[in-house]
Amino acid sequence: MVRVAVGVKRVIDYAVKIRVKPDGSGVVKDSVKHSMNPFCEIAVEEAVRLKEKKIAKEIVAFTIGPKQCSETLRTALAMGCDRGVHVNVPQLDALTPLQISKMSAKIAETEAADLLIMGKLAIDGDYGQTAAMTAAILDWPQATNLYSLQHNGDNATVEREIDGGLETNEIKTPAVLSVDLRINQPRYATLPNIMKAKKKKVKALKPADLGVDVAPTLTVVKIAEPPTREAGEIVEDVDALIGKLKDAGRI
Amino acid sequence: MLRAFSSRVRAASSLVLAEVNAAGELQASSLSAISAASKFGSDISVVVAAEDASAAAQSLAGVSGVTRVLAASGAQYKGGIAEVVAPLLKEIQVASGVTHIVGPATPYAKNILPRLAALLDVNHISDVIEIESEDTFQRPIYAGNAIATVQSADPIKIISVRATNFAPAEEGGSAAVEDAPSVADSDLSKFVGQELTASDRPELSSASKVVAGGRALKSTEAFETVLYPLADKLGAGVGASRAAVDAGYVPNDMQVGQTGKIVAPELYIAVGISGAIQHLAGMKDSKTIVAINTDADAPIFQVADYGLVQDLFKALPEMTEKL
Repeated sequence: MVRVAVGVKRVIDYAVKIRVKPDGSGVVKDSVKHSMNPFCEIAVEEAVRLKEKKIAKEIVAFTIGPKQCSETLRTALAMGCDRGVHVNVPQLDALTPLQISKMSAKIAETEAADLLIMGKLAIDGDYGQTAAMTAAILDWPQATNLYSLQHNGDNATVEREIDGGLETNEIKTPAVLSVDLRINQPRYATLPNIMKAKKKKVKALKPADLGVDVAPTLTVVKIAEPPTREAGEIVEDVDALIGKLKDAGRI
Repeated sequence: MLRAFSSRVRAASSLVLAEVNAAGELQASSLSAISAASKFGSDISVVVAAEDASAAAQSLAGVSGVTRVLAASGAQYKGGIAEVVAPLLKEIQVASGVTHIVGPATPYAKNILPRLAALLDVNHISDVIEIESEDTFQRPIYAGNAIATVQSADPIKIISVRATNFAPAEEGGSAAVEDAPSVADSDLSKFVGQELTASDRPELSSASKVVAGGRALKSTEAFETVLYPLADKLGAGVGASRAAVDAGYVPNDMQVGQTGKIVAPELYIAVGISGAIQHLAGMKDSKTIVAINTDADAPIFQVADYGLVQDLFKALPEMTEKL
């Protein structure tokens, strides 16, 4: 039986149309619906399935961010994680994936995790690099963009999504995994489980407890709206469409 | 004082991570990474790692702007696993002191470069769409709904670039090919095999025309009978929305969007695709966008240059016939 750590991030809900602040300092976050990053939900689901298959004995969910992240952690606990760790960072946007990775690596070590599972990407920063960085810091193997996982004792067979298809690797554990969309369909937390999750333990930490320097190393100069496309036109029929495309030199 | 200044302004030099496919052929996105690297000065080394990297190294040597090609050949490089390639790049960086490391923002490089960045204890700036200066870069965030300009204080800048935003470097170089330093195989991870989707159509990420289908196609057969014929008539690559992939109509690697491929062809024809934020993230930089959809209120029409509100099962065969 293995111990699993799962990283979860609170982000603006995927269905929200975000707005850029007029002063270019960021995007509007106040009174905007937030939820667990969709890829993190998939990571939690994968961990819970390992427990249901009697491969994992305990799952520790952790999050890094402001106090509202405790809700995200509760969601992970309601989905089936056993305990939580919350690293309180008021200004999450000021941290880079490298700093997050250093904290994640420290948590994986402290919790004696055999598998650290994360999402392949957070849909706010779109960086997609925390798993690989954390694996490097720990000197563990990595399996990013995971499509399937078969755990066999001290090894795991992983299928990964790559350009053009799938790739299979054989990795040693402990290892860091980042899950892609199609590995599973995350479950909904049921009301009884949400109630039970309120009783589960959450450890509160600060970056200093993990020995990570949070001094900024990347400066966000500005956040801007992307260029907008000019309004197009609706054409009557296929002939008109072909005519327009020929005129534009596209066909 | 003087010494501190001179070390600060040491000339920029870059190392490009080139990508080859399973057959050892150079991928076009590598040429875009080389053209991005040319913004950091004229000293450009390129490293290519494969079981047999010699053919790719020879073609890289002929690329304009490349000053040195480092060929890493060996069984340990098969499959390009990060646990082997990242230490190789670290060794080259330490030996040569390059200031910038550039790769294409493809699954291959995005698996390796963050690992390298952590080994060198610097940040990795992914999906760069614009290089403003040696330390300042633009990258899309929130599925392309905002553009962040970031400045790095790191001594080594490691970036991955969106191939569609940088014109590929052209032929016309005559660089020397050298053997890369050899790194040992890793016992952490072993390459077992690949299962690739066979297709004679143009590669999706670099195709000049793309025809993409969504949930409204309703079946694999519909892709085969109405969508592929149009794509073949146009010489286009074929893409899909996540809904079409999840429904099993087409394989994963055809997905266009935030979680799939980013494309920016001359012509993108979205068929039966509503235009969710996550799909638009993968195609809204296309030069001309055409939407064919029965729902006149579908968000895809807000980004389409030409929209046709019609049943795709009628419009596509008609279009294929008339072209």
